[in-house]
Amino acid sequence: MSAEVLVFAEQQGGKITRPTWEAVAAGQKIAADTGGTVTVVVLGAGSSALAPELAAVESSGVLAVESPALSEYTPDGYALALAAVIRSRQPQYVVFSHTYQVRDFAPKLAAALGSGFISDCLGYRNDGGRLVFVRQVFQGKFSADVEFTGEPPYLASFQAGSFREDAVRRGAAAAPVSTVAAEVTPEQIRSKPGERFREAKQAVDLTQAEVIVAVGRGIKAPENIDLARKLADALGGEIGASRPICDGGWLPMDRQIGSSGQTVAPKLYVALGISGAIQHQVGMKGSRAVLAINKDREAPIFEVATYGVVGDLFEIVPPLIEEIQKAKAG
Amino acid sequence: MKIVVCLKQVPARDSLLRLNSAGTWIQETDISFEVNEPDIYALEEALRLKESQGGEVVVCSLGPARAQQAIKEALAKGADRALHLDDPAFANLDSFGIARAMAKALDAEKPDLIVTGLQSDDFGAAQTGVILAELMGLPHSTIIMAIEVQGSAIKVKRELEAGFFQFIEMSLPALLTIQSGINKPRYATLKGIMAAKNKPLKKLGMADLGLSAADLAPRQKFTRVYVPEKRSKTEFFEGGGKDVAAKLVDKLKNEARVL
Repeated sequence: MSAEVLVFAEQQGGKITRPTWEAVAAGQKIAADTGGTVTVVVLGAGSSALAPELAAVESSGVLAVESPALSEYTPDGYALALAAVIRSRQPQYVVFSHTYQVRDFAPKLAAALGSGFISDCLGYRNDGGRLVFVRQVFQGKFSADVEFTGEPPYLASFQAGSFREDAVRRGAAAAPVSTVAAEVTPEQIRSKPGERFREAKQAVDLTQAEVIVAVGRGIKAPENIDLARKLADALGGEIGASRPICDGGWLPMDRQIGSSGQTVAPKLYVALGISGAIQHQVGMKGSRAVLAINKDREAPIFEVATYGVVGDLFEIVPPLIEEIQKAKAG
Repeated sequence: MKIVVCLKQVPARDSLLRLNSAGTWIQETDISFEVNEPDIYALEEALRLKESQGGEVVVCSLGPARAQQAIKEALAKGADRALHLDDPAFANLDSFGIARAMAKALDAEKPDLIVTGLQSDDFGAAQTGVILAELMGLPHSTIIMAIEVQGSAIKVKRELEAGFFQFIEMSLPALLTIQSGINKPRYATLKGIMAAKNKPLKKLGMADLGLSAADLAPRQKFTRVYVPEKRSKTEFFEGGGKDVAAKLVDKLKNEARVL
């Protein structure tokens, strides 16, 4: 068994996606910790055109897996093609970023291989050569140490931001590129994907807002959103929301902040009654200052808060609005 | 159309969770449980498909005796019957083990469509549904925001990152994982709750499924569960009222500089 770390490079429409570089950084670190080598694998019809970009990072090689059956992403195509690569190369670890695409096919791939897949990790620890993976459970309320049992290959995906793109080591010279034909035929693809599209143009562009007041489940009822709106008005900001609020129709979808909504980075982000599940955090953790008001001191939102108030938002916000208005008047 | 809904019972969202003394999991005593939220949306989608297409909705849940509460809730909302996979050997299964047991139970059902939530509120691995599809040899798609039945095929709307979507077509039978917010889930009616008492609920253990512990052996194990280390240096303000408001305004003005 070679101690190879295979890194999955995601592409979309002929472009390497940004999370790919985080997966490369993770793969390079795992290889360093386990005395292994890194191989980057990219799939697609025409994937060899992407190989030079990938060959610039330090690795022992780039593998471009080509087939007309991979011209568009499908879970069947990707799982079959990658399973064949993994069966022939027998890597120790296969590393992914935890993207929507990876969520769609990696569990299938792991099941086909009979391998373990630890998904959505925040990182790992090296316990004397044994890797212990860390992931969140109970929506971020707790962390868990998770270890593989059984035989490699071991599959692991890392949450966005767990590794930094700028930690990727570049190679002194371009890594060797090899192109192989994928072991997959068009007849094996059982789903037909359409074009990517966006719903009617987003009416509100929260990415430009300097102040955002966002509400979560803690706001309790749609009529209470007025209170948040008053605070946003006092601060000259926009109103935003976590996913459940938009799911419930309390605010339109274009106000949603998080992995499936907008990613924002205002000067001030006020989180009212938002617990701060990771899907929300990825949309707002770039904010310069975060004020979180929540009744649960253990809420994950306090992990990313600059200022925190533990208590009832309905008691805290009204006097806050008054004081802001006073400060502005003075 | 025969539709199976796989659902999981998880600790209620507003439960105050505590770790067990060994630090290996949470204390399950003194907390309430509820149906995993994304699974509620999957159930609603199944019920609507049954209403428009005709057929049957079968609930499948793996869990200890308490999971019957979640199953009964689904029956009360309109599911026709249920499979409850319950066996002491099913404790501490990983996503693969759960999917393996479910695949055994559902192969015999030959459903046209299997739906489940995109992930659970407890583990959040987002794997069981996709593994189940692989084990049953079904095409699948994940994070679905709309389902349209077109004869013996379906057209689904899959959510992608950053506000993008995509339509995907596949033939039935198939498996879909459902995103929260796809619909407005109904509440159980009193009549539904009464009717649920007489709906068939079949219990299946490991032997009934023809499985051994080795078939369900986990591929990963949790060695420790703990409160995350605080990474940020959050400045906390205690109390309430004018006093805290004035302190916050001072910070917003002089540090965050937004006033």
